[in-house]
Amino acid sequence: MANQEFEPRIVAFFCNWCTYTAADLAGVSRMKYASNIRIIRLMCSGRVDPQFVMDAFARGADGVLIGGCHPGDCHYISGNYKCLRRYHMLERMMADLGVEKDRLRLEWISASEGDKVKRVVNEMVEQVRALGPLDLPGRFADWDAEMRELDEKVQREHDGACEAHAAKETQS
Amino acid sequence: MMDRGNGNGRSDLRIGVYVCHCGINIASMVDVKRVAEQAAAMPNVVVARDYKYMCSDPGQEMVQQDIRELNLNRVVVAACTPLLHEPTFRGACERAGLNPFFCHMVNIREHDAWVHEDREKATVKAIDLIRAAVRRVKHHKALERRTVPINPNVLVVGGGIAGIQAALKIASAGRHVYLVERELSIGGHMAKFDKTFPTLDCAACILTPKMSDVKKHPNITLWTYSEVDKVDGYVGNFKATVRRKPRYINEDTCVGCLECIDACVFKEPRFTDEYNEGLSKRKPMHIPFPQAVPQVTAIDPETCLRFKTGKCKSSCVTVCDRNAIDFDQKERIEEINVGAIILSTGFQTFEPKDRLPQYGYGIYDNIYTALEVERLVNSAGPTEGEVVLRDGSKPRAVGIIHCIGSRDTKSNIWCSRVCCMYSLKLAHLLKERTGAEVYNFYIDMRTPGKGYEEFYNKLLEEGVHFIRGKVGAVNDWAITPEEEGRLVIRVEDTLGGFVRRVPVDMVVLSTGLEPHKDAEDVRRKFNISCSPGGFFLERHPKLAPVETASGGIFLAGCCQGPKDIPDTVAQAGAAAAEALALIDKGVVELEPNTAFIDAESCSGCKSCLSLCPYTAISFIEAEKRAEINEALCKGCGTCVAACPSGSIIQNLFEDEEIFSEIAEVLSNG
Repeated sequence: MANQEFEPRIVAFFCNWCTYTAADLAGVSRMKYASNIRIIRLMCSGRVDPQFVMDAFARGADGVLIGGCHPGDCHYISGNYKCLRRYHMLERMMADLGVEKDRLRLEWISASEGDKVKRVVNEMVEQVRALGPLDLPGRFADWDAEMRELDEKVQREHDGACEAHAAKETQS
Repeated sequence: MMDRGNGNGRSDLRIGVYVCHCGINIASMVDVKRVAEQAAAMPNVVVARDYKYMCSDPGQEMVQQDIRELNLNRVVVAACTPLLHEPTFRGACERAGLNPFFCHMVNIREHDAWVHEDREKATVKAIDLIRAAVRRVKHHKALERRTVPINPNVLVVGGGIAGIQAALKIASAGRHVYLVERELSIGGHMAKFDKTFPTLDCAACILTPKMSDVKKHPNITLWTYSEVDKVDGYVGNFKATVRRKPRYINEDTCVGCLECIDACVFKEPRFTDEYNEGLSKRKPMHIPFPQAVPQVTAIDPETCLRFKTGKCKSSCVTVCDRNAIDFDQKERIEEINVGAIILSTGFQTFEPKDRLPQYGYGIYDNIYTALEVERLVNSAGPTEGEVVLRDGSKPRAVGIIHCIGSRDTKSNIWCSRVCCMYSLKLAHLLKERTGAEVYNFYIDMRTPGKGYEEFYNKLLEEGVHFIRGKVGAVNDWAITPEEEGRLVIRVEDTLGGFVRRVPVDMVVLSTGLEPHKDAEDVRRKFNISCSPGGFFLERHPKLAPVETASGGIFLAGCCQGPKDIPDTVAQAGAAAAEALALIDKGVVELEPNTAFIDAESCSGCKSCLSLCPYTAISFIEAEKRAEINEALCKGCGTCVAACPSGSIIQNLFEDEEIFSEIAEVLSNG
């Protein structure tokens, strides 16, 4: 199967205090997980601008993982709740764009849950692998081509109509 | 010469990339040579080097030399987690005259080499992450650390030996300490012990003078029967709210004569004495133990007739010539400002009753936890040190079962570190007091510590029996006349290679140490993290064992993990030194990762105002724009993510920096 060779590319946004530290713990504990993930450190999951997520997909990510502190545990009191709201908004946007929901994941992972980093990353890599490449850049190119084609078609029809009209004018 | 402190112009970007082998930690899974070669070819990279230990002196010197000689204005270090060595490499940059915030770290150890098994993939990942950093640092700015003054007072939470030691050290250095203890007296678990291993010196003799020093010390404010309700602020400037529960005795006037206890209308003690682990009774008017500090009694409103029925002749009031009894005493709330906090909240012992029913605790009378036996052998305990069973008889044989609630996936996975040694101590004391045969059932004998193995050898010579094996069950199912009416310990003797049945009269369960039930709430209150077992998490297990990830909050004693008294005292001293080192500087430097608003582009939509948990954002009506108070901003970036016009910028985490990382981790293929 083609999908078995497909290596998903997953961009992760981890908050400094809980999930990034948990990923450090996974390392210190020498847990092994899939290498498909690229972790970007932010101070808080509340810093995750929805545009970061959209940009990651637009640039070819097959999945985006956001990691924050458990509810009630945010180092900045409530940043994770703000993140949750934005996540719900993103979920709807992704659905509208036709992006499968498993490609975007929000997880609460505390500093002590190195094993959860391992589990979530492995799970997500497998789920996204099963979905296959998202390839938004490719789709964008296709959509652009389609649009161009439509444009051209409209133009051709317009030109044709104009010509016909002009011909009619000259006749009369 | 170009200005290294402000090399913002893109054309003259000069980046140095440093790839650390970390011995073989990174190099065994990541092809560091190839990574460095690839990095050298990245845009604006002037030099890329790999080195065995980048954090070592020669490694740092290499970075500094390159900054000076090659005029580097950006540094990317691919090594361990920034949470460990970011300060190290920022320091190196600073020493070479480069603004420290032009340095960026890439985590290729914890997030790469240590968690992956495919060398090729791990190497590619390292290259991706470095490429992202190389593009990211382009946007870095020269930043200044903010300095804010530090409040020199220290809050110590928990008055066991750890808290006592830390409080005394700080107080004797001339700083003011608030010591907050939840129970009626300080002393913690240590106050309950009779003797301490391996020297068998009396716990009270070494602890009670320290307790009294705490009470007398002019620099210590001692609040017992009090709890920290809330903590706000940040390193150097915490504001803590302490709830002082009513004990219905005025602490300032009570002199501890204890006459009110004698005068209590209950002639005989009738209520469970928690301090003695329920092995004795107390009156509603009570003091936990004779040497309690403060020497102030307390009324238990649950059992006091005055509280329960309103009808009591209150002879305690009559007898108190200091008028210290106050039935109307209310809970008081104190607000204090401190610069540093030491958490020394201790541990609880494993409760075997429902969690490990096979050991018969709570089913058979003569099965005790070690802490109960500590009280039994204590000359200040319920039996004044006489070891008698619940029916008053003396045991002829005692079995001590190690590792109850330790080293088992069914209870707690960790070794509680002190149980082998305290079991040996109890074995010695029980044998000494009763002359009984004493059997120790152990999985492994763990005696690492000064004089510990020697103590074990001494016990072997004393004729205490040691049987290696994990006990399967304790019950009273006799099958021989000798077992009749006694407790039978069933165990596989793994040295002898057979199953034993050992009849005894008393069983001691060497229960392990675990985090307090409410450790999770405490953790949340102080905004720190827990380790997987639930003990508080230190900033680094080796290099920052008393610090936490939250600046200004330190750990001492068993709240960080099981440890014995010597280690606890040492750690408490270390925590005190850390707190003093922090507050003695007078000012604290804060990360400049705060956000600011670009006045030009702010549209005044007010989206950000309600998002800030610290109310750091205000709205300037006259100019119709928002503004961030840098002193209040903690740098979470929540407002940045919400600003529709992109007018809020977070230092060190600017949009361009994050977008650069996103672009480059994905630019490969």
